[in-house]
Amino acid sequence: MAKARIKVPGVVKRGAVFEVRLLIRHPMETGFRYNNVGQKIPKNIVHTVRCVYNGAEVFHAELFPGIAANPYFSFFTTAEASGELVCVWTDDTGVTTSERVALTVSE
Amino acid sequence: MIYAQPDRLSRRRALVGLLGCLGGLLVPLRQACPADALPEKLAPLIRQAAGGVMPQVGRVSLSLPTLAESGHSVRLRVRVESPMTPQAHVKRIHIFSEKNPRPVIARFSLGPRAGRAEVHTRIRLAGTQQVVAVAVMNDGTAWMASAEVVVTAAACVEGS
Repeated sequence: MAKARIKVPGVVKRGAVFEVRLLIRHPMETGFRYNNVGQKIPKNIVHTVRCVYNGAEVFHAELFPGIAANPYFSFFTTAEASGELVCVWTDDTGVTTSERVALTVSE
Repeated sequence: MIYAQPDRLSRRRALVGLLGCLGGLLVPLRQACPADALPEKLAPLIRQAAGGVMPQVGRVSLSLPTLAESGHSVRLRVRVESPMTPQAHVKRIHIFSEKNPRPVIARFSLGPRAGRAEVHTRIRLAGTQQVVAVAVMNDGTAWMASAEVVVTAAACVEGS
């Protein structure tokens, strides 16, 4: 299953502000929980999320354990040219994952 | 001849009295949670986020449900009044929690390309508390808003 889902409108007019919705599959372990034999479950959260639209950063978030499991974000950006939106995130185990979506901008 | 009957309680008077009592109960409930009283614990963090000064209240609208059944996932929307132009835009949005073991929930960085200063996410809340959002503008000014959320089942309670 995909690691994340990015939702953007099918076609956006140039200059229009559109919504990007990003849902990442991640447990977001807080580091405050214990397993069934009483050992602390190590903290493992996605601490940084970046979204890059045709090479320019449009969204950046620093996250802490207060973000719910399977982090969801919705943000806005301005349509400039057709291309690609790439979201990249890193968790505490050092794993960096990315997901991309194509954007179609009409005149 | 019509007599006034001071000793007998008419139905009308009883109903008026009852309504008055209910109203009297509602007033202290509302006063118990003033939205603009800021949690003491968060003041240094808020000041640090805003660059050393206490942000002004306004321009930021923070929406959360008044009552959350579960603190594991509470939807949050933060919106800042800003034209989002290269001359005047929101640079950062900080989200703070009053009672979570880690008071900083998230920091979002925005720029003029965002077009609209609005972010939605879902957060964890360890109990009934206030959530504060601070927005830092490119001219260095800072604004904030807070919201009170009643949480029925708290998330990340220590030892759970």
